[in-house]
Amino acid sequence: MKKYDVVMIGGGHNGLVAACYLQRAGLDVLVLEKNDWVGGAATSREMTPGFLYSNCSYVCSLFRPEIMRDLELPKHGLQVIAYEGGAVFTRDGDYLASYRDHDSHRREFARYSKRDAEAYERYARDVTRQCRFIQPLLMRTAPDPFSFKPRDLAELLYLGRKFGDFSAHDMAQTLRFWTMSISDFLDEYFETDVIKAYLALSGIIGTALGPMSPGTAYVLLHHYMGEVDGSVGAWGYARGGMGAVTQALASSFRASGGTIRTGADVEKVMTRSGRATGVRLADGEEVHGGLVVSNADVKRTFLKLVDEDALPETFVHRVKHFKMRGSSGKLNIALDSLPEFPALPTGSSCIRGDMHFTDSMERMERAYDDWKAGHFSADPFVDMVIPTTLDPTMAPPGKHFMSCFVQYCPPKIDGEDWTDADRDAFAETVISQIADYSPGFRDRILHMEVRTPREIEAEVGLTEGNIFQGELTFDQLLFNRPVPGYAQYRSPVPGLYLCGSSTHPGGGVMGAPGRNAAAEILRDLKRKPNQMSPAHDVI
Amino acid sequence: MIPDVTLRRSRQAHIATPRLETPFHARIAALDETNDWYSWAGYKAAHSVFDEELEYFAIRSTAALFDISPMVKYRISGPDAERYLNRLTLRDVAKLKAHRVQYTAWCDDHGHVLDDGTLFRLAPDTFRLCCQERHLPWLLDSAIGFDVEIAEETTEIAGLALQGPTSFAVLANAGFDGIEQLKPFQIAEFSHDDTRVTISRTGFTGDLGYELFVPAGAALSLWDRLWMAGRNLGIRAIGYAALNRTRIEAGFIVANADFMTAEAALRADRARLPDEIGLDWLVDAEKPFFNGRHAILEARRNQSLKYILVGLEIEGNIPAEGAIVYHRKKHEAGLVSAAIWSPLAKRNIAIATLERPYGSRIVDDLWVEIYASRELQYQKMMKRATIVPRPFIKLDRRTATPPGLF
Repeated sequence: MKKYDVVMIGGGHNGLVAACYLQRAGLDVLVLEKNDWVGGAATSREMTPGFLYSNCSYVCSLFRPEIMRDLELPKHGLQVIAYEGGAVFTRDGDYLASYRDHDSHRREFARYSKRDAEAYERYARDVTRQCRFIQPLLMRTAPDPFSFKPRDLAELLYLGRKFGDFSAHDMAQTLRFWTMSISDFLDEYFETDVIKAYLALSGIIGTALGPMSPGTAYVLLHHYMGEVDGSVGAWGYARGGMGAVTQALASSFRASGGTIRTGADVEKVMTRSGRATGVRLADGEEVHGGLVVSNADVKRTFLKLVDEDALPETFVHRVKHFKMRGSSGKLNIALDSLPEFPALPTGSSCIRGDMHFTDSMERMERAYDDWKAGHFSADPFVDMVIPTTLDPTMAPPGKHFMSCFVQYCPPKIDGEDWTDADRDAFAETVISQIADYSPGFRDRILHMEVRTPREIEAEVGLTEGNIFQGELTFDQLLFNRPVPGYAQYRSPVPGLYLCGSSTHPGGGVMGAPGRNAAAEILRDLKRKPNQMSPAHDVI
Repeated sequence: MIPDVTLRRSRQAHIATPRLETPFHARIAALDETNDWYSWAGYKAAHSVFDEELEYFAIRSTAALFDISPMVKYRISGPDAERYLNRLTLRDVAKLKAHRVQYTAWCDDHGHVLDDGTLFRLAPDTFRLCCQERHLPWLLDSAIGFDVEIAEETTEIAGLALQGPTSFAVLANAGFDGIEQLKPFQIAEFSHDDTRVTISRTGFTGDLGYELFVPAGAALSLWDRLWMAGRNLGIRAIGYAALNRTRIEAGFIVANADFMTAEAALRADRARLPDEIGLDWLVDAEKPFFNGRHAILEARRNQSLKYILVGLEIEGNIPAEGAIVYHRKKHEAGLVSAAIWSPLAKRNIAIATLERPYGSRIVDDLWVEIYASRELQYQKMMKRATIVPRPFIKLDRRTATPPGLF
């Protein structure tokens, strides 16, 4: 029986990124994916003939360009197309748009408030300043402040020095920013509700918190740290859907000699004398490896795949209480024709960007209240995009694929498991919201895929359907992600590593956790990373 | 309060014109030969109109019309306007008489310059602040506790600079009676059509010149009035490139070109105190309080000023735009932010920011490294630079009252 150097549990984007780097460093890597396709939450699947859906993640910005280059992903088919702006529709029949062009953006805001129009610059500067501080940390292993190993001390010193570049004022701002709510943060800049509602979206996406919950300002930052070809904070569509990211990774992996087995559901991590030796599949097959790396989230890995008696009690306790709450759902819709939004003037670019309908902070917070009460939001927050306005590969000409990210959507309904009827009722809240702003919308629907946390967990394996493998609040970041003392991709089980979004720097299709994990594994194996170029400088 | 939906929808049309046209656009577009537009604060503005070099000579020899409408304008009025502006800006506004203009600057709490600009005292309780960047939130927040009203009026008010030796003759010819009495930095109001035009003897060229402000609706007729009057006086329309040469000769600095404004600076260390960009003379330490006072005076006391802005004269004739300044050809001392060969001074001049003690204690043995791209090759040269006072040129006609006809 063949023994691999590394057995990777799960073929999501981070698993594939780590697998690529490890394979390129000369190791023999096997990726085991339970589904019949790879990609995890970055997939493009044809659910109805002629239409490709970005089934889970749907837009691209955070994926690190260093990884795209190192792993030659363009050669393997990856293209990211930047898109322009977007809009939030207001209940009075107007909208608030956002534009890439600075002055157009200001004039749009000035339709609502001259003051807010001129406040945007200061806001953008302050957010960008915070991003510039965080960005270099993405591709570095978080230091363990209590290990006192030279490397951790050096890394802490680096952090300290970076922090030292800040003025006292900036330091105070940073600490506030990391802990305050997105609502409070926006209040310091803007007076117009719809402007705040528009900007707040990045503070709550994927997070079981409302815009008024402390910690949501940082979540916003997480969504600003990306870039499309150097345009920091910009978002784009992966051509061919988000599956193009993982297809390119899989192709790159295979090209360097790696092996992928789909339909291989890992049931247990096998250990001998406390050390990981491989995995056992659902059908009983045992696969042996020198090392086991889990792309699954920290809860699934340590509460399901590893026997509890192999783990220290405090660790298990921490994992159990790691916040990974399901808060969102997804509708993927095949449309017969491009929907019309009468509020938008002819020629508006908004239809090519992200569109929302939540025009006040209160509505956003109320939507969260429903979640707290154990129900999906009656008036949900929807992030809607139509990638086929820019990507000709996902639907037949004239037809369109629409992706609706929906919040809030709890992992259970009133404490009970989701039923199909619940799911249909959930979908109806979204469809009726869109139809309110787009006459005839229902008639354009050819096919629809509805995904609640139930479907997301069952298919992708994300606990509770949490898209970030754990919320991105400050208590769960850096050396606290996922568990203090185990934030460097290693685990209490020698030979078992984590490489998914549960680890630093967290979720989104970023690839940084996978790359950082690969770097740590190679360090343990005393091998040099091959073709792992340094992170881009932030100058 | 949010404007109602009808008003908001009526403003949606802006998506069709991402670049605004100024109130003078129709006239400039008709004269335009180079089709060389750029975006000035979101407005379509001419970089050149017919010939950058000849436009420069129009400013220095006859009369030039330059559209300054994109300049950001705020109207500040009310019983507390003077007190408010005294707290906001560096200079003593109490000393600014009605119908006079002050060049000034304002700072954040750390003493970092937010912008420089011109403050027009249109009436005892009414001011106009003209500047490069936008500051409405700052101005509104600063107004808390003052009985003052602040309105952004950039689009409502058209602005036109008329600069050059025959500019006075043009205005006199256009029938602005009494304009001969206008002294530098003085303002007068005149009738124009059925509205009023405000004329100040100000400008950005270091030459004889005026700036005219008029409600946007009267812009074209004002242009026509000047154009007709200037036909035999060599009046030309010019773009920013020519104006930029004259402002460098005059030693004026441009926000976010020669220094970074505090709110635009992404990198916190790029912000500057007034003393670090040559604006120390604006700071009125006698005033009881103004924003940034503490930080500025403390930096002076502790001698913790880091930079200094200087005028340089550089040997040779190759402009040193963007060049690094060295001490003893070896140690980096600073950066040139603007440079030209001055046709009027016949000297190679530059504006540079140096890191102290260069420029303050160490002023000799300075050099600039010029990379001149010539037919796909860089000619690298190290040229001696000497610190010289600004302005680089001084024209008697700028201040003569009554002004000469040419």
